[in-house]
Amino acid sequence: MDNYIKDRKVDSDGWMPFTGLEDGSSLPTGDIYVPVEEWLNAREALLTRNGRLGVALRNTDDPAIIKDDLDRLDLVVLEFPKMADGRAFTQARLLRERYGFKGEIRATGDVLYDQLFYMQRCGVNGFELRDDQNASHSLKAFDEMTVTYQPASDEELPLWRRQK
Amino acid sequence: MYQYSEQDHQLLLERVSQFRGQVDRRLKGELSEEEFKHQRLRNGLYLQLHAYMLRVAIPYGLLSSEQMRTLAHIARKYDKGYGHFSTRQNIQYNWPKLEDVPDILDDLAKVEMHAIQTSGNCIRNTTSDPLAGVARDEIEDPRPYCELIRQWSTFHPEFNFLPRKFKIAVSGATHDRAAVAVHDIGLRLVKSDSSEETGFEVYVGGGLGRTPMLGKVIRAFLPKQDMLTYLEAILRVYNMLGRRDNIYKARIKILVHETGEEKFRELVEAEWEKIKAGGLFLRDEDFNWVKGFFNDPAYEAIPDNDVDFENLMLNNAEFARWVDKNIELHKQSGYRIVYLSLKTAHQPPGDVTADQMDAIADLADKYSLGHIRTTHRQNLVLSDVQLKDLPALWEELKALDLATPNYNHVTDIISCPGLDYCALATARSIPISQAITARFDDYDFINDLGDVSINISGCINACGHHHVANIGILGVNKKGTEVYQLTLGGSAREDAAIGKIIGPAFEADEIVDAVGKVLAVYLESREEPEETFLMTYRRLGQAPFKERLYG
Repeated sequence: MDNYIKDRKVDSDGWMPFTGLEDGSSLPTGDIYVPVEEWLNAREALLTRNGRLGVALRNTDDPAIIKDDLDRLDLVVLEFPKMADGRAFTQARLLRERYGFKGEIRATGDVLYDQLFYMQRCGVNGFELRDDQNASHSLKAFDEMTVTYQPASDEELPLWRRQK
Repeated sequence: MYQYSEQDHQLLLERVSQFRGQVDRRLKGELSEEEFKHQRLRNGLYLQLHAYMLRVAIPYGLLSSEQMRTLAHIARKYDKGYGHFSTRQNIQYNWPKLEDVPDILDDLAKVEMHAIQTSGNCIRNTTSDPLAGVARDEIEDPRPYCELIRQWSTFHPEFNFLPRKFKIAVSGATHDRAAVAVHDIGLRLVKSDSSEETGFEVYVGGGLGRTPMLGKVIRAFLPKQDMLTYLEAILRVYNMLGRRDNIYKARIKILVHETGEEKFRELVEAEWEKIKAGGLFLRDEDFNWVKGFFNDPAYEAIPDNDVDFENLMLNNAEFARWVDKNIELHKQSGYRIVYLSLKTAHQPPGDVTADQMDAIADLADKYSLGHIRTTHRQNLVLSDVQLKDLPALWEELKALDLATPNYNHVTDIISCPGLDYCALATARSIPISQAITARFDDYDFINDLGDVSINISGCINACGHHHVANIGILGVNKKGTEVYQLTLGGSAREDAAIGKIIGPAFEADEIVDAVGKVLAVYLESREEPEETFLMTYRRLGQAPFKERLYG
């Protein structure tokens, strides 16, 4: 059973991570995502394939490096290597708000109950929970807080401009 | 004072119930201590040497009497009958039980208080001038801006897992009583050259700790409309580029230092260009709305003199001393600002008992329009006292041991909790501050010394702000013994400076004498009584002090 949430529902994950383009191995069919450098190196080959494509960013990457590719991608995978490392929150907001990405933004790594609310506000809508987390119990994390003060990917205006 | 809307209340209730769930999961073992740590810290809960410590936020240092009574109630019910006001205008409880904390938060929420983001690697409680709204040298009241920053930074989804903690201070007056130069971001309210526009001088990258640095001015004038978009740009650059490989290099001051001021400014400005027209741009109606909460209270039109007050000034030297040291002029005729000194030889600096808190709340209602402020020097302020009420207030404060005439003087010592409480400390600081207070507890001596600051930290993390004291004391552990380093020449005001270590450290039983020698050099060397300790030190440098201490 996948420990995976998509658009606030427990879901099964149809995406396959794929690396190894440099080996000359043949490309798999189905929905795959590749590390960003493989995408940058082998765009054309990847695009001739059938099936949807995703790219995984390192959390040190500026999402601007794929901004012109986003309309050809259905998934961007972000990493939260440990809970305390919050760089991908910024990446998610830039992808959604600045570059207008409409596909899935997925959180991977230390994806834990108490971060889901914040991730969602930054535009993350796919959550690959850490193995010890319980996906169905985690759904209520999205609704623990209903009041938000500041604009983010889910709200264009701060609370003080929404109230009036 | 800002009044909570229905949604502000809702947010607090949701936060309490969320935290209750986190504590519950921890107690059931579903959450590891390591993971719980990130959650509890974001709610101000530290694990200290002997117990948990809960830090409650006092946004920009402003409290109502009702809130103060709740703080007293918490001290009595869940702690050992006292609380500790910190250098960031907050209050800390040293003995709460983990399972009680959700109930404490419930009690706090009833009076619009909380512990949100008082710890953890997120944007902390915004601090400000304790004399906001009443100071004579004020350009504009900084509190409406602080409130906007509070709302913007509360549960900011992008900036809740920063490389390190992040502190913002705002000053709205000519004199800096908020120490803006030693914060991650300091905003100093200024008027544009044409004086028609309000804006901010933006300092970034100040901070104390292991690597003390003064903030750099990365923008000389930021129009007030752009305050939040600019803060967001700075935080975004920091969140992406701040170091995460070494906790001691993770503050924004290191990023600014390693990137270079020029390059850092370019990065911020480039990001800001892209978001400056966004939802955080502040319009006139936004300012009008938030300023509406901070209108002047209904001051009475009264003369700036009072016969009874003046008689007592002439006939009671003790009263006159208190007025001289602890009272400041108010922008309003007939009113005065009163400092309540939390610095006596009987209590650790910043400590207040539950009974004192209740009494202070009553005094605020009786004499000061129901409000109390906290200061970063760990004192309290009654900001709106009528001149005619000063004699009665003084009597009541004396009875509470809150009228020591020493504000901004040698025994007004800032001290961290040190090794008596803190898990990080390497040396005791409270006993040293009490020994210094006991030694110099003589009004004439204190008066003669004039304006001088002593700050004490019990470890290199510098919570006692020793770097920015005129005389700073840092306790360290050297081969199993607590020893104390002396730094001279620091300042946290508009002439901000980091003090310099004068020489080898002193043993615990030598440090009070060493402070005495430093003060003696000053008294012998000053050119006139108006020359403060800092002025003398800046004129003479370290040499005469060094010679007296080690010669």
